[in-house]
Amino acid sequence: MAELQFREALRQAIDEEMARDENVFIMGEEVSEYNGAYKVTEGLLETYGFKRVIDTPIAELGFAGIGVGAAMNGLRPIIEFMTFNFAVLAADQIINHASKVKYMLGGQVSVPIVFRGPNASAGQLGATHSVAYESMYAHFPGIKVIHPSEPGDAKGLLKSAIRDNDTVLFMESEQMYGLKGEVNEDPEHLIPIGKAAVKREGSDVTLVTHGKIYHTVVKAAAELAKEGIEAEIVDLRTVKPLDMDTVIASVKKTHRCVVVDEAHPFAGTAAEVGYLLQRDAFDDLDAPVVRVTLPDVSAPFSKPLFDAWFPSVKDVVDGAKQVYYKS
Amino acid sequence: MTKEAIFTPVGKAAEELATPKKSGKKGDSLYEKAVDLPEPTTAAPAKLGLKKGQLLEMFESMVLQRRFEERAMQMYQKGKFGGFLHLYIGQEAVSTGTTAALKDDDDIITAYRDHGWGLVRGVSARQGMAELFGKATGCSKGKGGSMHFANVEKHFWGGYGIVGGHIPLGGGLAFANKYKGLDRLTTCFMGDGAVDQGALHETMNMAQLWKLPIMFIVENNGYAMGTATRRHSTGELWERALGYGMKHRVVNGMDVLSVYEAMKEMATDVRKDSMPWFVEIRTYRYRGHSMSDPQKYRDKEEMEEFQSLDPIERLKTVLLDKKMATQKAIDAIYEKVEEEVMDAVEFADNSPFPEDSALYEDMYSEPNPVFHR
Repeated sequence: MAELQFREALRQAIDEEMARDENVFIMGEEVSEYNGAYKVTEGLLETYGFKRVIDTPIAELGFAGIGVGAAMNGLRPIIEFMTFNFAVLAADQIINHASKVKYMLGGQVSVPIVFRGPNASAGQLGATHSVAYESMYAHFPGIKVIHPSEPGDAKGLLKSAIRDNDTVLFMESEQMYGLKGEVNEDPEHLIPIGKAAVKREGSDVTLVTHGKIYHTVVKAAAELAKEGIEAEIVDLRTVKPLDMDTVIASVKKTHRCVVVDEAHPFAGTAAEVGYLLQRDAFDDLDAPVVRVTLPDVSAPFSKPLFDAWFPSVKDVVDGAKQVYYKS
Repeated sequence: MTKEAIFTPVGKAAEELATPKKSGKKGDSLYEKAVDLPEPTTAAPAKLGLKKGQLLEMFESMVLQRRFEERAMQMYQKGKFGGFLHLYIGQEAVSTGTTAALKDDDDIITAYRDHGWGLVRGVSARQGMAELFGKATGCSKGKGGSMHFANVEKHFWGGYGIVGGHIPLGGGLAFANKYKGLDRLTTCFMGDGAVDQGALHETMNMAQLWKLPIMFIVENNGYAMGTATRRHSTGELWERALGYGMKHRVVNGMDVLSVYEAMKEMATDVRKDSMPWFVEIRTYRYRGHSMSDPQKYRDKEEMEEFQSLDPIERLKTVLLDKKMATQKAIDAIYEKVEEEVMDAVEFADNSPFPEDSALYEDMYSEPNPVFHR
């Protein structure tokens, strides 16, 4: 084990997988000579050369699609988006092609590709650089969506994503790249896609979360503990496939659940988890499931407005108290 | 601002549109025809290195593509299957001349007008017809239908339904071939409508930048659905190559020998230089965009003019004139093809639909994938 930054954990995963399989390459804006917009790919050019660490023009639709075609033809591309906000320009390639080609050609091809980059908000970046896209992509069959919150999970899951034989979206956060955490340095240590992790045990309320806002939830759990409420934190890690077994096992213990999701409320991950809980764990719930999400409003720039927009520790604490009928 | 200036094309196209070429009376052609065909090749088949046997194969292939689709249309009208049905009829010289000129392991990818492309790349008439019928025996197991014929084993990567969406995929096929050091070129076909899509331009830029062994080939049949080329795209289509410094060529797509000659030369060049080409092959489709197209955007004279240039009739004339085939031999080919197509219809009709369990197959590579429910 080593203590690494999130970006270093990602780099180690990419480096190990590129060393292991010469068909793995990475492509995206500024990944090569510039060493990565967020320095995830720092040093990879020196090791692997221009053939396997490829700078692209600012043409998301084009290079995402070239990645899909290369994956169909035997390679294993890692396509870096500077942010998933820009990946919207490539949505046709992700949604209409990567996820569907195998099925519509009756299984004649596979698309082993990873699309990765930061997702959701990262401070005062304004409306177009702050969107959480995971539930949108999770809507479509044929796409796996990973959104880890800690460096150790990030490495093990990214390695699984690169070795997966189908399309995987791997989501990060600009604000987590410097975050440190314990990382397993065994090159064969993989974390399976689609498995949630109980990150804090507690008997009173289950807090379901994923991605960067996990760290808000950790703080909220500490606050709740001060008031005698022991929260159990389930970090989904993978949004699709969604590991409801772990969520339900926790709810059977706590009988109360708050879903904390750094996305807009409509048809998001929180809505999905809430539906599945009422369907599959109705009798185990002592209170309706509460969700804490962004409002149905685009990201504002102004600091006070942004702070009002982004779910706070207090919002999570209040959510927990709501399912505890305590205020 | 003049009244005419609003939302009309600019430049040459505007002049052509604004100037009636003929009287403008009913039944008279108001505008220039859909595409101006360049002169066909003057080289004799022998000079192109084409032997009698190959020419007969090409002829049979074109007849098969034509009859396959004529029967498919009948079956559609009889209600044997639903969905879209975009017919390639009139454009067969493009698929046939191309595959004859390429090596068997060169990659081909195209849009949704793909039946002919499947048939020239190893999709049998039976597998093709069964795919149209949505049967388990179809080339894509009945999961693709008319727009998604494919034979990946034979390097036909399929037909694609989002206009322009498959162009980056073509770029990726070429990228992988170059990455792996294979002496294999990619031909990425598209309709004239796709020329306006950003996907083409992003891919052309990267292809030229990275020296990808690919040919971007427009089958300009004069219409993007119902909008004439000069009404949807400014200037000449081939001029798109100029902005990228890309090699380019305009080819007569109603003459299979012209297509063969051009493709052979360009393929040799791509193998030598690994630099892309942008190619405009001018052709014509005789049928509507799909089955529900009343075709009010073009007139009868235009259709008749292009039908008089029919690529199958043209090759037949060459075969007869050069005494490479007798009328009897030609007739025998038509009969053989007719039998093959009728057999395909029978096969498709008698084939089973996919099992219910097939619904969940081919979504993922792993044996027991998780489906959300």
